[in-house]
Amino acid sequence: MTKKTIKVDYLARVEGEGGLYIKMKDDAVVDVKLKIFEPPRFFEGLLRGRDFKEAPDITARICGICPVAYQMSAVHAMENALGVKVEGPLRELRRLLYCGEWIESHTLHIYMLHAPDFLGYQSAIHMAKDHKELVERGLKLKKAGNQIVSLLGGREIHPVNVRVGGFYKVFSKQEFKPLIETLKWARDAALETVRWTAQLPFPEFEQDYEFVALHHPEEYPFNEGRIISNRGLDIDCSEYEEHFQETHVEHSNALHSALKERGAYFVGPMARYSLNFDQLSPMVQEAALAADLQKECRNPFKSIIVRSIEVLYACDEALRILQSYEKPERPYIEVEPKEGIGYSCTEAPRGILYHHYRLDEQGKILDAKIVPPTSQNQKTIEDDLWKFVPQHIHLSQEDLTWQCEQAIRNYDPCISCATHFLKLDIEQS
Amino acid sequence: MIIGVGNLYRSDDAVGILIARKFKDMASDRISVKEQSGEGTSLMEAWKGYDRVLIVDAVSSGASPGSIHRMDASREPIPSKFFSCSTHDFGVAEAIEMARALGQLPRQLQLFGVEGKNFQPGEILSSEIEQAIELVADEVFQHVSTS
Repeated sequence: MTKKTIKVDYLARVEGEGGLYIKMKDDAVVDVKLKIFEPPRFFEGLLRGRDFKEAPDITARICGICPVAYQMSAVHAMENALGVKVEGPLRELRRLLYCGEWIESHTLHIYMLHAPDFLGYQSAIHMAKDHKELVERGLKLKKAGNQIVSLLGGREIHPVNVRVGGFYKVFSKQEFKPLIETLKWARDAALETVRWTAQLPFPEFEQDYEFVALHHPEEYPFNEGRIISNRGLDIDCSEYEEHFQETHVEHSNALHSALKERGAYFVGPMARYSLNFDQLSPMVQEAALAADLQKECRNPFKSIIVRSIEVLYACDEALRILQSYEKPERPYIEVEPKEGIGYSCTEAPRGILYHHYRLDEQGKILDAKIVPPTSQNQKTIEDDLWKFVPQHIHLSQEDLTWQCEQAIRNYDPCISCATHFLKLDIEQS
Repeated sequence: MIIGVGNLYRSDDAVGILIARKFKDMASDRISVKEQSGEGTSLMEAWKGYDRVLIVDAVSSGASPGSIHRMDASREPIPSKFFSCSTHDFGVAEAIEMARALGQLPRQLQLFGVEGKNFQPGEILSSEIEQAIELVADEVFQHVSTS
């Protein structure tokens, strides 16, 4: 009997601190652990007692890569609790801000974190020496996303312009003009990115996932929609906790999330794409089909193509919003505090981000619950490895380790997000 | 240009920003002062168009707290011990090496790394870092005035 282990103490090219442990006996996998040891960060606890208006800026601090997602889930949950609906140009501007974040976050992952796996480099820096123009295009495309967030959000990281009810400040058509030129270039570059990712080498690894994403009949989802799956789930955000549950496992500081009835599920670009292909704009659908992507994608290694499709969509959608934009009369609508419970799910770059708040009559937060996408994908990442390793057992230890890391990077995990929580049980005698 | 890199809410990680702020009054047509979070792609943007750049940042390399590491990044690669300890995003050392690979480094790029001790959330500097600040600021001043 031979025993073999694959151990990666520190995963590279993921956000945050995590490791991997796989144990094999006679070519069979007997244990897989995606270890998340970045310390928990107390956010749900520290929101208690704070004013409802503070939630978007406090929760944005959970992540430097996807702060907009936290702001969007927070404002929509608060508006849900307080009976307010933001419509018209303010709603459009929120979609625009999200476009900026998707472009930034996805492009960073495609070019800097994921591409080196496919081209056989240790890092984007090594890759840049041989693929200068490619990396330059990636950096410039990412910058287009940064430009949207820094103009509309007030700064690049942890934007300061978002508030419950709308924005602190809105801009004129004229002020947005330079963005239109940038985005026209970005849309072309995004199309090039789709074509380039489509011809990368992919291992055969089609899986039978339960995809979970938001779905809105008229648009590709950012801030609004029902939570649906390809196995019949179709619920309002307020029903989330009836269907999903979080559990603590010893090897992870991030709670594992599962569907109560069916276990592991998949959130993120591949789930969104597969459940919302019909909502993509025609030119994006065409680009996807030309890239040999079917209307549904089940190979997580191809998530790099799906991310590039979503970057193309985000550029196209941002242009649509900017070209039809009229400055709203007021930057926000007044929101009065009252007792209430609010729920929201929005589509962070890595998948659905759930927020739930309970407010007292002064609008102080009594309870908060936040479920980020990476904690929802942990089980699925481990499931992939259980299946992937036996199929590639013939590889050298070094190559197999690399491919296992790549299998994790398929999910663009954000460990900093996943460890935002704290569950503290005090036993008193 | 002087770029202070850091996070004001991560104890000793604030040191780069605090030193840069000491030079805010010096900012003129000849010298600009910028503050950066340390996110690599923004950093590469920040120094675009500048010929001579000095970056001050907190580092964690195992040396004694408060010690200063001086690196001429335009001449030699940043040693691997100064790269983000593992998995975090694209940081200062990565940005410098990426810019080198792409031919986008400023003609002169000096990096002053101040060895930190505590990077936990908080706004209080360790005493060793508190003491080092004046010393580093003097060195930065000398470097800027002579180069």
